[in-house]
Amino acid sequence: MITVNGEHWHADPGLTVADVVARLTDEPRGIAVALDGAVVPRAKWAATEIPDQAQVEVLTAVQGG
Amino acid sequence: MDDVLTIAGRKIGSRLIMGTGGAGNLTVLADALRASGTTLTTVAMRRYDPAAGGGVLDLLRELGIELLPNTAGCRTAAEAVLTAQLAREALDTDWVKLEVVADDHTLLPDPVELLDAAEQLVDDGFTVLPYTNDDPILARRLEALGCAAVMPLGAPIGSGLGIRNPHNIALIVDRSNVPVILDAGIGTASDAALAMELGCDAVLLATAVTRADDPARMATAMRLAVDAGYHARRAGRVPRRYHAQASSPAL
Repeated sequence: MITVNGEHWHADPGLTVADVVARLTDEPRGIAVALDGAVVPRAKWAATEIPDQAQVEVLTAVQGG
Repeated sequence: MDDVLTIAGRKIGSRLIMGTGGAGNLTVLADALRASGTTLTTVAMRRYDPAAGGGVLDLLRELGIELLPNTAGCRTAAEAVLTAQLAREALDTDWVKLEVVADDHTLLPDPVELLDAAEQLVDDGFTVLPYTNDDPILARRLEALGCAAVMPLGAPIGSGLGIRNPHNIALIVDRSNVPVILDAGIGTASDAALAMELGCDAVLLATAVTRADDPARMATAMRLAVDAGYHARRAGRVPRRYHAQASSPAL
């Protein structure tokens, strides 16, 4: 089990950051990912596996300020 | 002769910087942004919502307006630093409007966390534009840390109370070697003009436009007010006199 944007997800071993992003959107422009409080650069999404119990935050820009 | 606002060596085409918060929908926002003439606009970072789609990012690209991500909602330096890093990754900019507020009631900057976050972000290579209290000493400290501008508030965010302490804004302007951007509290056009007359280099506002009855018209008013205040400052106003002084020749 992992947590993505506050929701619990079942996660098979080997699930990567890129897999999580792909489940949310097929247009990942303007998106950034934090894994357990640290930024995962886009270039490392495909190679970064998500450990069990991890907290994943997927953010984008919205109206504000 | 008009000089161009330059922050960290980058020329900014408009002295009115807009926020995008508070607009009822993207069509209203688009009309207001066009009318404002702004070339730089803030956005916030929030959890991706598959139902929301591209939204404001697509709109700003279409309008050719550059992005200034903020760290709105952050209460600690650690949160603000992570949010800025995520914004840099998502939006391909190392510019950040740094906001670290103390509570929901005032939304006033927490100076201790703000200084800590500013130092970390400057060290990490960011161009930091901090939203700060109208405190000349805090502004000086932020500049000394390497911030590219200082952005003192006129009044609390969204309050529309105008510039509550013009003297402090003038003191900040007098001592600052980086651009001073009046940020927050603007209610109507005369507030924006006053900010510029006090010597601010730019004005950043959102609510005053996006929550006005007619946002596009208020955006026009703000554009003209910033321009008017800019020219009035440079024109050199007459001294205030206690008694009248005739402007026609004596009989």
